Amino acid sequence: MELILEPHFVDDQQPSPYGYMASDAFYAELLDAHEGLSVEQSALLDAKLILLLANHIGKLSVLRTALRAARSEQIAATTPQMESRSA
Amino acid sequence: MLSHYTYPQYPSRLPPGVAPGVGIAHAPLVVVGAGPIGLAAAIDAAQRGQNVVLLDEDDTVSLGSRGLCYAKRTLEIFDRLGVGDAIVDKGVTWNTGRVFHEDHQVYHFALLDAPSYRRPGMVNLQQYYLEQYLVDRVAKLPQVALCWKNKVIAAQAGADGVTLDVETPDGSYRLQADWLIVADGARSPVRKMLGFDAEGRVFQDRFLIADVAMHADFPAERWFWFDPPFHPGQSVLLHRQADDIWRIDFQLGWDADPEAEKRPEQVIPRIRAMLDHKGYHDVKFSLEWVSVYTFQCRRMPHFRQGRALFAGDAAHQVSPFGARGANSGIQDIDNLIWKLDLVMRGKAPAALLDSYDAERTAAADENILNSTRSTDFITPKSPVAQRYRDATLQLAAHYPFARGMVNSGRLSTPTHLWNSSLCTLDTDHFDCLLRPGSPMDDAPIERDGQPGWLLQELGGDFTLLLFTDRPEMLGSVLTDLDPQGSGQVSTRWVVVSEQPGTLPGAVVLQDVRHFAAERYDAREGTVYLIRPDQHIAARWRHPNAAQVRAALARACGH
Repeated sequence: MELILEPHFVDDQQPSPYGYMASDAFYAELLDAHEGLSVEQSALLDAKLILLLANHIGKLSVLRTALRAARSEQIAATTPQMESRSA
Repeated sequence: MLSHYTYPQYPSRLPPGVAPGVGIAHAPLVVVGAGPIGLAAAIDAAQRGQNVVLLDEDDTVSLGSRGLCYAKRTLEIFDRLGVGDAIVDKGVTWNTGRVFHEDHQVYHFALLDAPSYRRPGMVNLQQYYLEQYLVDRVAKLPQVALCWKNKVIAAQAGADGVTLDVETPDGSYRLQADWLIVADGARSPVRKMLGFDAEGRVFQDRFLIADVAMHADFPAERWFWFDPPFHPGQSVLLHRQADDIWRIDFQLGWDADPEAEKRPEQVIPRIRAMLDHKGYHDVKFSLEWVSVYTFQCRRMPHFRQGRALFAGDAAHQVSPFGARGANSGIQDIDNLIWKLDLVMRGKAPAALLDSYDAERTAAADENILNSTRSTDFITPKSPVAQRYRDATLQLAAHYPFARGMVNSGRLSTPTHLWNSSLCTLDTDHFDCLLRPGSPMDDAPIERDGQPGWLLQELGGDFTLLLFTDRPEMLGSVLTDLDPQGSGQVSTRWVVVSEQPGTLPGAVVLQDVRHFAAERYDAREGTVYLIRPDQHIAARWRHPNAAQVRAALARACGH
């Protein structure tokens, strides 16, 4: 498995015909989770979340690629391209 | 301002049979508000043979561009209402959007990938043109009495209708409406008179909106900037409209002074800075219309209150990102009028109108959800939200998944009414995006050798859409399946075939490019039952008459 860089969110509980709905829902719920937290508490929440997701992914080659991408190293030859129906 | 457009001034008149100060006049159907939603309601009802009284307190069209983008589904509804060509011909068609962050482009997107649809993803047209074309259409429908300068000053709901007190330049009158459609906009005086409110969230932000006349060779695209150098820390949106008029929205923040921001000496440098940033130093421009707005996301708890039906901004409001205001209002009307027509004719129970409430409050929730999420992305309301947005924009420059998460507005798309009580659940397997409750997908077809479109052939009644390659062989199938005699609601047969053919009692369309069969996952004998608003009510691989009858009854609220 390689690090997935294409849209990959799926709302298995509330399906929608529109692809953006699932990632938008996650984004909103992520920010909701931070609601009312101090700066330190927010950072701690993010750290716990990353650890949970990292364990779920498990595979170190994938996690290492993600670490490099998060540190703004170019990990794949992708350039801004046409996105269909992602308005 | 507004040098290029001459506002029509429509004459006032009284509804038929009304004499000021003499008794109470009666009308079966009254619509209040001759904006896009009220005008569409009157046209749809009149096309179904209903007499309509349409009241408006003003005597002209919308001041300034206001509503701007009309989405593909809305254009398809306008086609059914007879105004689609006028709108598309005058408007600016666009399919491409670009998103910029600071001084660079993050990505661009296409709304539609295909010439396999009659209508484009979006058409931009100033609201005054839209209203003018709708008024022109109304003028061709003698069933509509469009009464300008008729101001409702009191409304009283009763069991059998709504009583309205109306003021006009020619005197006041009282009108008893059997049914009332309230489409008088976000402030909706009539909603307040009837004692109802819309609840929701007010956003703490202000936006400057300007119609600008200029000759610039920007392409017909939607451009959205996050934090551009010429307007740091805020967002900017640029749209092209008809007549070389450009629409520019500047986010100002909550602390901006709306009166000061509207002054030309304040607005002009903002626009100049944007043009200079794009290298258009020589382009001259003039202001046509300027406004500063705030917005709310809210809706009424119910869009039906007895004999009063609420539509458009009177019933629900959204933030402007995504063009979900006017588009959803037109879709309200598309949903409402066929139901109201059947109820008024005694062909369906009044409970059918409760499905208008259920289906369109669900749609309003979807629109409010999407436009709220867009607003939260555009205006981060906490340091955490700001950080996630910046991270998304930075990743979006490199990785497709993050482009999908950049939310500068999720442009209006129709709601798929999968949970509606009017739908018959699938008992057969289908493998396509469409399901019972979905709006139809258009497809190119030929009829008698002439190219056309599937939706064009649907009309405004219930339709049974039958897919076959042997239309000549099917006479008995049509007779066997025909639900006539089971109720008073009529259905039309439309046959979609890969081969040309004819069939008595049916329109035969040739699916020459196979788009229809593919989009509907059709096989030999597949039947779709289509509602008058072009939504799917039911579908089968090989139905029998009892199944079709039951689905039709269900779709009519029985």
